[in-house]
Amino acid sequence: MDVGLMQMQRRLAEYTSALFKEGILDSQYVQLQELQDESNPDFVVEVVSLFFTDSEKLLNDLSRDLAQQNVDFRRVDAHVHQLKGSSSSIGAERVKNACIVFRNFCQEKNIPGCQRCLQQIKQEFLLVKSKLETLFKLEQQVVAAGGSIPTSGSLPTMQQPIL
Amino acid sequence: MDAKTGLLGGDGKISLNWREKVLGKIVKIQHRYDHLFGSKKISNALWRKLLYTWVFCATMFSLWIFLYMSSQAIEKRKETLASMCDERAQMLQDQFNVSMNHVQAMSILISTFHHGKSPSAIDQTTFAEYTKRTAFERPLTSGVAYAVRVLHSERAEFEKQQGWPIHRMDTLEQNLVHKDDFDPEVLEPSPIQEEYAPVIFAQDTVSHVVSIDLLSGKEDRENVLRARASGKGVLTAPFRLIKTNRLGVILTFAVYKTDLPSNATPDERIQATAGYIGGIFHIQSLVEKLLQQLASKQNIVLNVLDTTNQSHPISMYGSDEADDALEYVSTLNFGDPFRKHEMRCRFKQKPPWPWLAITTSYGFLVIAMLTGHIFYATVNRIAKVEDDYQKMMELKKQAEAADIAKSQFLATVSHEIRTPMNGVLGMLHMLMHTDLDVTQQDYVRTAQASGKALVSLINEVLDQAKIESGKLELEAVQFDLRAILDDVLSLFSGKSQEKGVELAVFISDQVPEKLIGDPGRFRQIITNLMGNSIKFTEKGHIFVTVHLAQEVMDSLDVETESSSKNNLSGFQVAERRVSWAKFKTFSQHERVCSYPSSTYDLINLIVSVEDTGVGIPFEAQCRVFTPFMQVGPSISRTHGGTGIGLSISKCLVELMNGEVGFVSIPNVGSTFTFTAVFNNGHSNLNEYTCQQMNNQSNSANSEFEGMSALVVDPRSVRAKVSKYHVQRLGIQVEIVSDLNQVLSSLKSRKPRIDMVLIEEEVWNNDSDLSILFVDQLRHIDQKVTPRLFLLAKSISSTRSDNVTCDTHSPAVIMKPLRASMVAACLQRTMGNMGNKGNYRNGEVSRLSLQHLLLGRKILIVDDNKVNLKVAAGALKRYGAELVCVESGKEAISLLTPPHSFYACFMDIQMPGMDGFEATKTIRDVEKSVNRKIQLGEVSAEAHGNVLNWHVPILAMTADVIHATQEECMKCGMDGYVSKPFEAEQLYREVSRFSYSAESRKL
Repeated sequence: MDVGLMQMQRRLAEYTSALFKEGILDSQYVQLQELQDESNPDFVVEVVSLFFTDSEKLLNDLSRDLAQQNVDFRRVDAHVHQLKGSSSSIGAERVKNACIVFRNFCQEKNIPGCQRCLQQIKQEFLLVKSKLETLFKLEQQVVAAGGSIPTSGSLPTMQQPIL
Repeated sequence: MDAKTGLLGGDGKISLNWREKVLGKIVKIQHRYDHLFGSKKISNALWRKLLYTWVFCATMFSLWIFLYMSSQAIEKRKETLASMCDERAQMLQDQFNVSMNHVQAMSILISTFHHGKSPSAIDQTTFAEYTKRTAFERPLTSGVAYAVRVLHSERAEFEKQQGWPIHRMDTLEQNLVHKDDFDPEVLEPSPIQEEYAPVIFAQDTVSHVVSIDLLSGKEDRENVLRARASGKGVLTAPFRLIKTNRLGVILTFAVYKTDLPSNATPDERIQATAGYIGGIFHIQSLVEKLLQQLASKQNIVLNVLDTTNQSHPISMYGSDEADDALEYVSTLNFGDPFRKHEMRCRFKQKPPWPWLAITTSYGFLVIAMLTGHIFYATVNRIAKVEDDYQKMMELKKQAEAADIAKSQFLATVSHEIRTPMNGVLGMLHMLMHTDLDVTQQDYVRTAQASGKALVSLINEVLDQAKIESGKLELEAVQFDLRAILDDVLSLFSGKSQEKGVELAVFISDQVPEKLIGDPGRFRQIITNLMGNSIKFTEKGHIFVTVHLAQEVMDSLDVETESSSKNNLSGFQVAERRVSWAKFKTFSQHERVCSYPSSTYDLINLIVSVEDTGVGIPFEAQCRVFTPFMQVGPSISRTHGGTGIGLSISKCLVELMNGEVGFVSIPNVGSTFTFTAVFNNGHSNLNEYTCQQMNNQSNSANSEFEGMSALVVDPRSVRAKVSKYHVQRLGIQVEIVSDLNQVLSSLKSRKPRIDMVLIEEEVWNNDSDLSILFVDQLRHIDQKVTPRLFLLAKSISSTRSDNVTCDTHSPAVIMKPLRASMVAACLQRTMGNMGNKGNYRNGEVSRLSLQHLLLGRKILIVDDNKVNLKVAAGALKRYGAELVCVESGKEAISLLTPPHSFYACFMDIQMPGMDGFEATKTIRDVEKSVNRKIQLGEVSAEAHGNVLNWHVPILAMTADVIHATQEECMKCGMDGYVSKPFEAEQLYREVSRFSYSAESRKL
């Protein structure tokens, strides 16, 4: 096997496992990857990019809502809920966790807390965005080099006694 | 007697009170008639009054009896006395009359022979002689004397003629002399009188009266005067007789010179008087003489009285010695109208006690009192029992209320605990995903596990409370029993492998493919029993068998050779049949045998879970099914659990019209057996649906159809289980007991053998033989050499790592065996599947799902585009055709019948209209359409030939908590899948609703 490809594959694997270790991604991402097959080759990329655009829009909405004088917390909460839902579907764990904290503040109607959280979410979002974009690039390189993308699932799930 | 009168007095008062009370009560009765309690009390009081009346009446009656009987006795006594008295009086009178007549006759004699003849024919001697000889004629007289009338002018001549002077009597009367001293010579001569009546003749007995002037005696004078005036016999009052000094009566007749006419005047009579004859009646001795002639003289006391003077009766005879107050008076007629006599009779003894009357009345009283007492005791007893009953009813009500309160309390508390627990679990889940070191993660995991355990426990408690309050209802949906058991098996497979315990399920071929019942609850029972078994079993096996009750009964007598050798693991087991020995189903053997529905409509299943665990101590066996009971406190510490599972299972089994029983031997094992009644899934559904269902669940295995396999196992029971699972894949199975037989059958048999399944035990027993066997297998001349599989029960014991990868080195199939899992292993090893994808977890479910969802049109509702996409992606993998919408309103418009959606997955939390609301609206719309179809307003054809519209709606939520699930059910959703999708869960939910959906179709 091509040494370069192997290296690339190793880098990809390392990068992916690092993402899991840092808690940026969770098992949901693996499941997402499993949904991708021959009939639907770009599924992950499609979903993730949908997530990016959707989230950016939501974050803008949130910034605008919080900047208003009378903050409509119901609206804010709905937005955060949306964001939480999509981030958990993607497996962007840290974004999701930040959303949970945000919602707590939202319930307390704590505007400074919300502001702080919003900043944190934005950061986490940017982080996961850049990480995933890098990941996709690496994967594209591997595919371009003729390799296959291993699913990053070394994660234990069901105990299926198959050797 | 005294006691009786006392009673009587008391009764009298009581009766007065009673009267008033009864009057009062009657009014009250009318008032409270409808009042249960009131009327009961009143009837009680009424009984009491009745009793008092009874006692009173009985006493009165017995008193009456006494009085009546004693009066009868007295009356009888009186009659006796009267008859005796009359008899005596009559006799006395008769005798007297006889005497009197004779004396009268003598007067005529004297008149004739003394005065009529001259000289007289009678002298004293003649008279004495005559009277003596005729004394018998005058039984009552002691003597007779004749006195002649002498005028004063004639006195001297008379005295000279007779030779004695006329003596006077009154001095004699004044100084009474003793009879012995009587001497007529000492008597004073009579003073000068107008006329005299000296006695000239006398009977010998009274000869002393001769010469005495009768007119000088007071009594005699009166007598003489009366007698000559009346011409009849005249009696004196009784007086003391001269000489004898005894009481006597003198009867006097006048003797006339001429025969006078009967109507002569007294003056004429006096003129004609010549003399007087007197008879002396000595009454006392005479009466005694008379009475001696009669019997029973001694019983009666007689008094004869002269009652001429009413106020001063003169006693003629008798004494006052009698005590008896009873007296009878009979009058005596002695022929003298001037004199009145009577006879008074009395009994000598006092009347005897009227014993008969006393005993009779007393006896009656005693009987009546006893009756009253019995009555009283009975009424009291009834009242007491009624009171007790009331109390019991009250206590029962209280107990029931307490029980309901307890259940409600449990339900409320459980619910209240669950809500915060959701928060705890959620937070723990989030905490898991923060930066934690290993120890912290361990802590969090433990906390989460504990929380989950708590939630499941609370759910159990809720179940229990629901069952107790009767709110639990069983579903009736079609389900596949085998699939459920496979599911449960997979749940415990990890644990059993860990422990090295052999876990197996065997379902009889006679059990139908599809049953109708409550799969969830059935699963709960099985899970409970198996969970218990696996908890307490460290070695040996756990064996679940499902048979038709009919089948077991038929084989009950045949299957006797079952011994410890012939079971799953070779360990001793508690005899399974004992556990159902008490079942009614079997005790009524005859009836069940003729149970026609067991083959037709109703399926009576008998399920046994047999383990070789620690068993239940005998003393604890009686409370196994009591809620919250465990064998001992140490058990819950070592093994956990609440002890509620078995009680819930028992309730559930009873809801399924079944029975549960067990047998357990400490340190040998326990066997739990239950029966449950289901409907046959084939009986009322059209064949097409069933066919389809079968295809769906089995088509995954269709590629093995027609293959054949050999199972090598010396234990027939275990081999049967292996055979059962492999056969489910459509593979022909034959059982042989050792490897040599495999070779021989491989050589001899015409049809090819595709695979050989070898029990691990056989393989490990003799490794040389195994190697030899593999070697020989290679040299067998066949087109396709059979594949080898090892059936292993635990990870540690497999030696697969050492075996080099070779077609002839056996692949390992882990127990517990399940058809799907076996299929997966076979597919992987045989490599003859079209699908090259490597099988990861849940791939079997995925295959099944594919068959469930392939080509189905499914609606996904989620406001979150990303989620929508992911869900769509997930479902698309199973071949479903997807429609995605982003709001509940769109979903409603799409799901308004008629439509062609197979199912709908709906997010719960959506802005605008959330999932619950949307579902409710959809259900309402469906309901109205269904009604219209039923009423015929809209033709079914226009609505896709569906009579009953009900599109399955599954909630999608990240909320893992039970309460949400309940809420989902409440608003008409059919199920619940957590996000992110998990193939197993998805499969479970989809298959569940697809059964119910199928059963709803035409």
